Amino acid sequence: MAKVNVVINGRPISVAAGSSVAAALALAGVTATRRSITGAARAPVCGIGVCYECRVTINGQAHRLSCQVACAEGMQVVTDAAL
Amino acid sequence: MQRFEIVVVGAGPAGIAAAVSAAESGAQVCVLDAGAAPGGQIWRGGAERHSRTAARWATRLRQGQQISVQQNTQVVAPLAAGELLVERPDGPQSIGYDRLILATGARELLLPFPGWTLPGVTGVGGLQALIKGGVPIKGRRVVVAGSGPLLLAVAAGLRRSGAEVRLIAEQSDWARLLAFGAQLPLDPARLLQALRLRATLGRTAYRAGCWVEQAHGAEQLEAVTLRHGAQRWREPCEQLACGFGLVPNSELAATLGCAINAGAVVVDYAQQTSVSGILAAGEVAGIAGVEAALAEGAIAGYIAAGRPAQAQPLLARRAAARRFARRLEHTFALRAELRQLASAQTIVCRCEDVHYAALAEHPSWRSAKIHTRCGMGPCQGRICGAATSVLFGWTPESIRPPVAPVALATLITTSSAHSINLEEHV
Repeated sequence: MAKVNVVINGRPISVAAGSSVAAALALAGVTATRRSITGAARAPVCGIGVCYECRVTINGQAHRLSCQVACAEGMQVVTDAAL
Repeated sequence: MQRFEIVVVGAGPAGIAAAVSAAESGAQVCVLDAGAAPGGQIWRGGAERHSRTAARWATRLRQGQQISVQQNTQVVAPLAAGELLVERPDGPQSIGYDRLILATGARELLLPFPGWTLPGVTGVGGLQALIKGGVPIKGRRVVVAGSGPLLLAVAAGLRRSGAEVRLIAEQSDWARLLAFGAQLPLDPARLLQALRLRATLGRTAYRAGCWVEQAHGAEQLEAVTLRHGAQRWREPCEQLACGFGLVPNSELAATLGCAINAGAVVVDYAQQTSVSGILAAGEVAGIAGVEAALAEGAIAGYIAAGRPAQAQPLLARRAAARRFARRLEHTFALRAELRQLASAQTIVCRCEDVHYAALAEHPSWRSAKIHTRCGMGPCQGRICGAATSVLFGWTPESIRPPVAPVALATLITTSSAHSINLEEHV
């Protein structure tokens, strides 16, 4: 199966082509995508780009929906929860 | 600006049927869809791979000579009359139309209970969608809870993906389910579907009159408390999929001025909304399933293309699908206990972390929104708005464009030439 390489919070990982960024995060063992405004860990909920819980920073662009964006070669993903 | 006779928003079953029917009647059609491929949520990941029916419709859409399908395209706001602002990966664009068909589908109804914000708690369709995106589930212990036929379909999919489904907890009771089941033999196709699910699910525990009261864990879900009659127990699991049916995505219709009733866009026998030249089809016009969506979409497509006679034979199919949907709605009506699950400190608005107690003192959605910021985060009330409708009977109002979070550059490029008032709307 074709693979793509992405970097999650500074750690490289190889995932199946076509995987969502949310999938890459889960495979990398990152369980939280963001911290809520009162500091609680949050993770993807709706899976369809409606709830905005899965938002992360992709290639420097904040507030991207990790459940809706497919992994691309060399993509840099940073989660709010890691900051 | 690109201009088309008919613009369809959404490429789920209703949108595909609408576009195909209109184009085959000779109209120039454009389909705007936020997804990467046609299919919507139900035919996710490309309609062609989903089922024979889905594949047939997808083929007709692809082969349509007069259909422009624009994927990864999010409708942001109405501009002047007959014009929409859309955001695409290559930037903003305005799309003009003579007639508009809204097929924006539905999302899951998620209800708050203590612990529902923990990582590991998702919707039912939500978990299915995440797994299709590649989220690993093999070997994980999952509780599937909430209400409706989706619970069974998703649980079967989870088993096939290697998850350990600990329990399916359906909040509706056996009396209602059996009354519903007794009518199924009248419908061989649906009975066959039910039998196939039964075979896949094997000995997976299914409890009716059962629901999740609480999710436990520090930074990640570790267990749920389940309730079944007088019985209450703790079930260890890493994943909880919990959803209570669907709610229409009627936000764009609302910003266009279409009348909304009980969350759904109001349509007449010809799928026309209260606004002249704007039609609606599928779940956005009332939750009724894929059969109804296909019939409604085709009817809307023919009507918009000026071929009402073509729509005539579809009316009976639409009526039958809607009758079935009403039975489903009755069967899976939500029990009163679900409105009492949230404690004072349970977060209801997940974007702004607004607790139940802070909301309960307000008389309306508007009041709560002004005083607590409930519904003012990035989801724009799509999750908490539906939840507070159930909890407090509120009607989300004052829906204003943009209907989705959007790059400022999109608004800046277009606001100079158009009537979006940034001060009022952002």
